[in-house]
Amino acid sequence: MPETLVFYLFSGLAIVASALVIGQRNPMYSVLLLVLSFAAIAGLFLQLDAPFLALALMIVYAGAIMVLFLFVVMLLNAPQEDALTWDRAHPLRHPVVTRFGTLLAVVLSVELAYALMRGNDLAQPVGSRAGGELVSSVRELGRVLFTDYMFAFEATSILILVAMVGAVILARREREPS
Amino acid sequence: MDLRLLLQLAVIGFTFFMLINASALLVLAERKVMGFMQQRYGPYLVGPHGALQPLADILKLLFKEELRPKGADKWLFTLAPILSVTAAFAAFATVPWGAETTFFGLLDEPIKLGVADVNVGLLVIFAITSMGVYGIVLAGWSSNSKYSLFGGLRASAQMISYELSYATSLAAVVMLAGSLSVREIVDSQAGLWFGFIPRWLIFLQPVGFLVYAIAGVAETNRAPFDFPEAEQELVAGYNTEYSSVRFALFPQAEYINMATMSAVASDLYLGGWHFPGVPVWLGWAVFLAKVGAFLFFYIWMRWTLPRYRYDQLMGFGWKFLLPLSVVNLIATAGVWLYFNA
Repeated sequence: MPETLVFYLFSGLAIVASALVIGQRNPMYSVLLLVLSFAAIAGLFLQLDAPFLALALMIVYAGAIMVLFLFVVMLLNAPQEDALTWDRAHPLRHPVVTRFGTLLAVVLSVELAYALMRGNDLAQPVGSRAGGELVSSVRELGRVLFTDYMFAFEATSILILVAMVGAVILARREREPS
Repeated sequence: MDLRLLLQLAVIGFTFFMLINASALLVLAERKVMGFMQQRYGPYLVGPHGALQPLADILKLLFKEELRPKGADKWLFTLAPILSVTAAFAAFATVPWGAETTFFGLLDEPIKLGVADVNVGLLVIFAITSMGVYGIVLAGWSSNSKYSLFGGLRASAQMISYELSYATSLAAVVMLAGSLSVREIVDSQAGLWFGFIPRWLIFLQPVGFLVYAIAGVAETNRAPFDFPEAEQELVAGYNTEYSSVRFALFPQAEYINMATMSAVASDLYLGGWHFPGVPVWLGWAVFLAKVGAFLFFYIWMRWTLPRYRYDQLMGFGWKFLLPLSVVNLIATAGVWLYFNA
């Protein structure tokens, strides 16, 4: 079945690319592989009848945010990470921190396994295949967002605004009193 | 084979062929127009009036030696031009260039002129053009040269900044047409107001059109915003270290991007294939004429205006163009609500 084949192609690509993002020593390659991973996930969204979500992912993450990442990596001209200069004194490599990180990873794995176990609902058709109105149509999405989920939408907007103002304040250079 | 499928494939192949030709024709047009603007003839030796000059250019570039700097990143250096030109071609996929046609009764059901018609077509164009910046940025970084790096840095900052005003001006168009499908937006512009004004969106969105045109020039890295390859400062910017076919792909991508930008402008603001008094089956010619006029404007501007300064570009984009497009969007929404609610 071609659809299943495409699904495995995209999900395989997404997993391999994401794994390679962590495995790379060159930050430039990491950024590019992350873009590839986003593209594969966008393909999966397309298969789920969610073209708007797929394109929003491509425009916002792959098209804008990752370019900024690339910009920063280029600007800092970050050197290749070298295994020989393993910095033990780095605060993130403190034993307590690493153990906490491991705990989080275990919790995440258990959660994922639990979600997969009760995956009986996954056999149900989604989107337009379920027979209902195509929920992912932009018109419907906008209507739902500005009526049912108005509060969440506005709260998110304010959160982003706060982050933006914070970034501007942090980046602003105080002028010397003349 | 199914006749319908065959014709659809032919339309797709024709679009691809026209895009390749567009880049060749634009090289010639650019040099000819520049020549006439500077009171000389431009290329004149190859073919009648130099008409075959692009062919000669391409042949020359094909037989040049391919060089790669020693410190360059092997993979990304090769990938960058491919990425650039692929994104440029792919962006045209959802740009329609003509009305529906049955090819004079050859088919029972009409097919649509254009590669694909999807209901979020405008977003597809937007997503793919925003991928185009990777080619330039990677070319700049992987060359391992100061000039290239500066070109790439400028390109990334410039394209991110102008994408915002570009998208905001398009949002106003989407609001008025009530659709994200480019074909539906074009068809919403058919007919006349008061019997003599064509219902083109440029008359409703003059400010939006201006913002789109300016941001479009910055997005395609054309003069007066051609900072990524500013010759006087950066030798050739991001493509300094490139030669042969790899080099040829960058200008090709740039010219195809110009063609896409002009085609989208004609579709969204200038009524696409609609023109008062022209029959529908000649729509593609009207469309071609509009795109041609827009492209001529591009070239005209390049040889008329001097380049800005980089900080002027950034200041203009963030402090003037973006607020202007946001005000335009809010005003459009207000007027739309007043008349429709």
